[in-house]
Amino acid sequence: MSQTNLRISGGRIRRDRPIAFTFNGHRYAGYEGDTLASALLANGVDVVGRSFKYSRPRGVMGMGAEESNAIVQLGATDATEVPNVRATQQALYDGLVARSTNGWPNVNFDLMGLVGALAHRLMPPGFYYKTFMRPAFLWQSYETLIRKAAGMGSSPVAPDVDRYDHMNHSVDVVIVGAGPAGLAAALAAGKTGATVILVDEQEEVGGQLLHRQAKIDGMLGADWVEQALSILLSLPNVTVMARTTATGYHDHNFITLHERVSDHLADQAPEQSVRQRMHRVRAQSVLLATGAIERPLVLANNDVPGCMLASAVSAYIKRYAVMPGKDLVLMTAQDDGYRAAIDWHDAGHKVVAIIDARVTAGDDCTQAARSRGIAIFPQSGVIEVIGTTRVKAVKVAALSPNGEQVVGNPQTLICDTLAMSGGWSPAIHLSCHTGAKPEWREDIAAFVPGLTVQKQWLAGSVKGDFRLADCLSAGSEAGTATAAFCGFTSADAVAHQWQVDDWDDGPAMAYFHVPHTKATSRAPKQFVDFQTDVTAAGIEMATREGYESIEHVKRYTAMGFGTDQGKTGNINGMAITARALGKTIPETGTTIFRPNYTPVTFGAVVGRHSGQLFDPERYTALHRWHLAREAVFEDVGLWKRPRYFPLAGETMDEAVARECLATRNGVGILDASTLGKIDIQGNDAREFLGRVYTNAWAKLAVGKCRYGLMCGEDGMVFDDGVTACLADNHFAMTTTTGGAARVLEWLEHYHQTEWPDMEVYFTSVTDHWATITLSGPQSRALLAEVSDGIDLSGDAFKYLDWRQGSVAGVPARVFRISFTGELSFEINVQAHYAMHVWEAIFALGDRFGLTPYGTESMHVLRAEKGFIITGQDTDGSVTPFDLGMGWCVSDAKPFSYIGKRGMARQDCIRTDRKQLVGLLTVDPNQVLQEGAQAVDDPEQTIPMTQLGHVTSSYFSHCLQRSIAMGFIRNGHARMGDIVYYPNLDGTATAAEICSPVFLDPEGARQHV
Amino acid sequence: MQPYSSFGLLKHALTFHENWQRAWRNPVPKKHYDVVIVGGGGHGLATAYYLAKVHGITNVAVLEKGYLGGGNTARNTTIVRSNYLWDEAAHLYEHSMKLWEGLSQELNFNVMFSQRGVLNLGHTLQDMRDIQRRVNANRLNGIDGEVLDAKQVQELVPILDCSQQTRFPVMGASWQPRAGVARHDAVAWGFARAADALGVDLIQQCEVIDIETEDGAATGVMTKQHGRITAGRIGCVVAGNSSVLANMVGLRLPLESHPLQAMVSEPIKPILDTVVMSNHVHGYISQSDKGDLVIGAGIDGYVGYGQRGSYHTIEHTVQAILELFPIFSRVRMNRQWGGIVDTCPDACPIISATPVENLFFNCGWGTGGFKATPGSGHVFAATLAKGEAHPLAKPFSLDRFDTGALIDEHGAAGVAH
Repeated sequence: MSQTNLRISGGRIRRDRPIAFTFNGHRYAGYEGDTLASALLANGVDVVGRSFKYSRPRGVMGMGAEESNAIVQLGATDATEVPNVRATQQALYDGLVARSTNGWPNVNFDLMGLVGALAHRLMPPGFYYKTFMRPAFLWQSYETLIRKAAGMGSSPVAPDVDRYDHMNHSVDVVIVGAGPAGLAAALAAGKTGATVILVDEQEEVGGQLLHRQAKIDGMLGADWVEQALSILLSLPNVTVMARTTATGYHDHNFITLHERVSDHLADQAPEQSVRQRMHRVRAQSVLLATGAIERPLVLANNDVPGCMLASAVSAYIKRYAVMPGKDLVLMTAQDDGYRAAIDWHDAGHKVVAIIDARVTAGDDCTQAARSRGIAIFPQSGVIEVIGTTRVKAVKVAALSPNGEQVVGNPQTLICDTLAMSGGWSPAIHLSCHTGAKPEWREDIAAFVPGLTVQKQWLAGSVKGDFRLADCLSAGSEAGTATAAFCGFTSADAVAHQWQVDDWDDGPAMAYFHVPHTKATSRAPKQFVDFQTDVTAAGIEMATREGYESIEHVKRYTAMGFGTDQGKTGNINGMAITARALGKTIPETGTTIFRPNYTPVTFGAVVGRHSGQLFDPERYTALHRWHLAREAVFEDVGLWKRPRYFPLAGETMDEAVARECLATRNGVGILDASTLGKIDIQGNDAREFLGRVYTNAWAKLAVGKCRYGLMCGEDGMVFDDGVTACLADNHFAMTTTTGGAARVLEWLEHYHQTEWPDMEVYFTSVTDHWATITLSGPQSRALLAEVSDGIDLSGDAFKYLDWRQGSVAGVPARVFRISFTGELSFEINVQAHYAMHVWEAIFALGDRFGLTPYGTESMHVLRAEKGFIITGQDTDGSVTPFDLGMGWCVSDAKPFSYIGKRGMARQDCIRTDRKQLVGLLTVDPNQVLQEGAQAVDDPEQTIPMTQLGHVTSSYFSHCLQRSIAMGFIRNGHARMGDIVYYPNLDGTATAAEICSPVFLDPEGARQHV
Repeated sequence: MQPYSSFGLLKHALTFHENWQRAWRNPVPKKHYDVVIVGGGGHGLATAYYLAKVHGITNVAVLEKGYLGGGNTARNTTIVRSNYLWDEAAHLYEHSMKLWEGLSQELNFNVMFSQRGVLNLGHTLQDMRDIQRRVNANRLNGIDGEVLDAKQVQELVPILDCSQQTRFPVMGASWQPRAGVARHDAVAWGFARAADALGVDLIQQCEVIDIETEDGAATGVMTKQHGRITAGRIGCVVAGNSSVLANMVGLRLPLESHPLQAMVSEPIKPILDTVVMSNHVHGYISQSDKGDLVIGAGIDGYVGYGQRGSYHTIEHTVQAILELFPIFSRVRMNRQWGGIVDTCPDACPIISATPVENLFFNCGWGTGGFKATPGSGHVFAATLAKGEAHPLAKPFSLDRFDTGALIDEHGAAGVAH
């Protein structure tokens, strides 16, 4: 509990709200308003984690999204673990538990660190491409070791206890970043009445104003922020969201905002609250005020804890009231860095020296330093940091004017903190997401967002305007412009002019890499990308080996591969690559920034669409009955269909046997409601059917139904079903259960894109109608008992007729069609009557031995008749002729039909194609495996010549033997031949090729 | 070529790695090559390598408009398997699988081919029929495969939710133990370095802007940076841009170029030791050696060359992954990206001569080309060397779209991979 030692006065923390937290098993104290990083610094914790490759000790380097080192595992329980959290972005809450991600036995004494220290020279970039090749069989063992050494945090091992959700917005202006530019923009856009969303990833809005000395209109930055915020909060058209990161910027101004709703409150979201929310925003205009990220300098041992970004040093002092150390050395290449030294000094601690790579610095910063008695070493560099778990000293030397050579003798300065300020890199990431190429600006030595086709505006440091006054005025102008673009203007359209009292910063030096007295390859490690342990030497080695494209450098060295995606390292790495290749930085170019700006919880991406809401479950109107009857269900598409209805103690086979025999001998009842139903109307409806089905529809009379096959353009069957003619311009189509949506899309696609002149309308009515099938010799007698107004006699109501009447007192369409080969009636009633009708039928059913059957029996019954199920007996590669269903193809049509040309192609009319046949195993008790592959000679060597596969296979209790359907090459001409099905156990099952119609080939049972 | 070995690494460590040779030269292109390969991705580089190695044709240039291996080679999810349904495809991918086994040694470049096995999950009765069918076909074709029930799947992947509580409970899976993943960049670099060592010129930053013909035969290419380069034969291996190149000679290919997205999580400690794919919930996942969960699913519906896709596709993909692995809910997505895949109507590639003499195309690999890299290069090299299709490439010729002899692998390619 040593934090008080490092706490100073001031800051934005709530001293009245102390917080207890645990890191690596030690209990510490902090305050509300702290981040985990500031609290760790306050408690004197230097080593927060270990690096990825060399296991070097690492501490806090930055203060926000740019943090590359201070990565922790968060979470107090198995179900609330979060790997790889940046300590700088995690608000402190009571009871927070965190631990280092690497390090064994602990982060301060790490055995892997010993390996890294001893063997680092054997681990240059890409060493794994050059080794572990022999003996080949050992690779999997090497890999196991590599995998163990790699990785960072750990996945949770228990399911998440929290919930997430989504929110959609359509707004005029989204402003990303609520620093000075973003706030000024929001004020300007907000007062026009445009709808504005202003987001900032930090715990509170304000950006650098929260820790800067500068004054606006005489107010301290933080006070100005407070004032701006209160104005914005008073505007009903403006939404301000802190803790919300714009993670991805997609085409057409679609932007994703990841809001951490309760991550700052507790380990687990409070009752009634989601943990995080994904806002999906479509904006008329997007204003990026994302600011800039400070670059560290690449110098020897710049990763030792105590090496920090200068801006972070200021932030910890001014915002969090923490001194990150006692004695500071600042290494800078720009005036802005001096602010850290001033803040340090003004907080009452010692600034040992300012080391400036430049020959001259700006007047204001020089004056500020000199007036405080701080020593400045111009044209010098910190060439090496001394220390392992904490900075102990730095070596400083004079440099050549371009900063590329050490010219003087190094001297050692004792210090415990090194602030580094290499310059500012605009946060161009979001602009790159939509494909815009960054542009290099020589005057500020930085990439700024390039040309874009999005309706996008920029303000502030993101476009290179680093001065505070410029940020404010540019923000104001851009805010006005975005609103005007959306049609909103304000009466006082003149942009507000703020009086800014700040240093006048002079030019920065384009400076990235501080030389050492030794060559880069021999100097102590000079880190470029801290998290992935990429060094300047590594980059130079990559270019020496011919990896010259910046993408090759990235991929070979892993630069930018970390969870920070190279926010601090990439530009330095590009500069070092450019120098190694003798090119300029713009010639070298950048790698591509992709979403996400910072990592996004998978759960937040999913929102509520998990578990039972992953895909909706569809139930028929009779589902309750099936549940009560303890049906076993099968997933068919999104539907839950009863597969069978077991009686107490019955197996599936027993139940199916009973259901099939009852149907064949008495009457069975099936809930067929899931079949897709499409209502088709219009004067061209009949013609349309003729084009999408392979058979003829011109002469189908009112009151009749017909079975049809649908093919793709390639002539391959993709759906089938019965369509009834309700009136000359009105048809009721049925599709397969799984194919309903696809067929409707198909019809609409053809109507809208190919034949828009046809007058035809499609309406999905699958859910409007329930379909109850009565099947079996007793079905007519049973139906007669419950129906009215339909003459059910065989002469009056023929096979493939449909009749309007009433069943159980309810209007019904009754179709006389059959999928079992028995006398069958499909009763269609409005879905909300279904249960009444079903129960009315059951009330009379006992006398007829009425038996409910499920999909499994349906499959057996139809297979006995050789009826196909598309999707099971077809696979998108079979024509109607392959199925032996040439009778369902008519060439006598005035127009063509979809698939006609496809099925006429040379290969599709071969007679030796795989054709659907029946299969009878030689041993009638053996049931072929569905999916088994036929061969002529089971003894042949592998690869065998395969003839086709079994599509459907069952034991038929009606026939007292097994039956199967399947494809056999040239099968239609091979009736009576024996083929063999090799089994996985090495045996083979023999079967005879036959007609797929196993029962009642004359159709006598249904024509009664 | 300076050979790579552990001993070599040690030796170079003593000299601070200052003396490593270039992995490949950066040559100025010659005026003429026996074979010009357009496209320096994995397939193009493999083609060049096998042309030199197997057929002794070394006067070869690979022209790449960007950087080597920078297209779909750099963007895929690195899955390697050969459990394809139809004989033609199965033989081609198995040919490739055999080349993968030993590729690191062949190229003296560790492509980190990790045979950790691939599971294709089944969630419906029809899934299980299809799995049975495919495994049976694979085994009779000499490709390893097993059908596992839900219990066996659970034993293999303890963190997979195999309970009955999920929307589509896992019923079983097919399992190909020899399948796995490889380090995608290394494959391109390994082939590049080995091809270069055999004399192949790898020309980066060299964009082909026209294909020149004379009397119905291709004679060379016009490049943006280096002007005309003539060639005896030209092989185009440019994936998503195949239609663009074909258009230069007035050829229309039956291809659609779609964005295909993928993503990685932040790196985590080893937790998933196999590749898990599911057509039904529509997603697949593996864990890279670095620790990232590598995730993908299906193509975006529209066509385009943007190398980025729609966010809703990402959402659906992550939904599928959390449906399979609820414990990953608090793990975070680090990065998403897109590539452009050239999809064929039958989800199979085109490896073919064209109506333009001396002009050949190797394209249409769609969502699953990475696994075929060595095999594709091997048969395409033979096709280019001899001027006629390699036996394994024959079924994949362009004329199948006229004859109708399609090889419908939509089932095997149901989720992009």
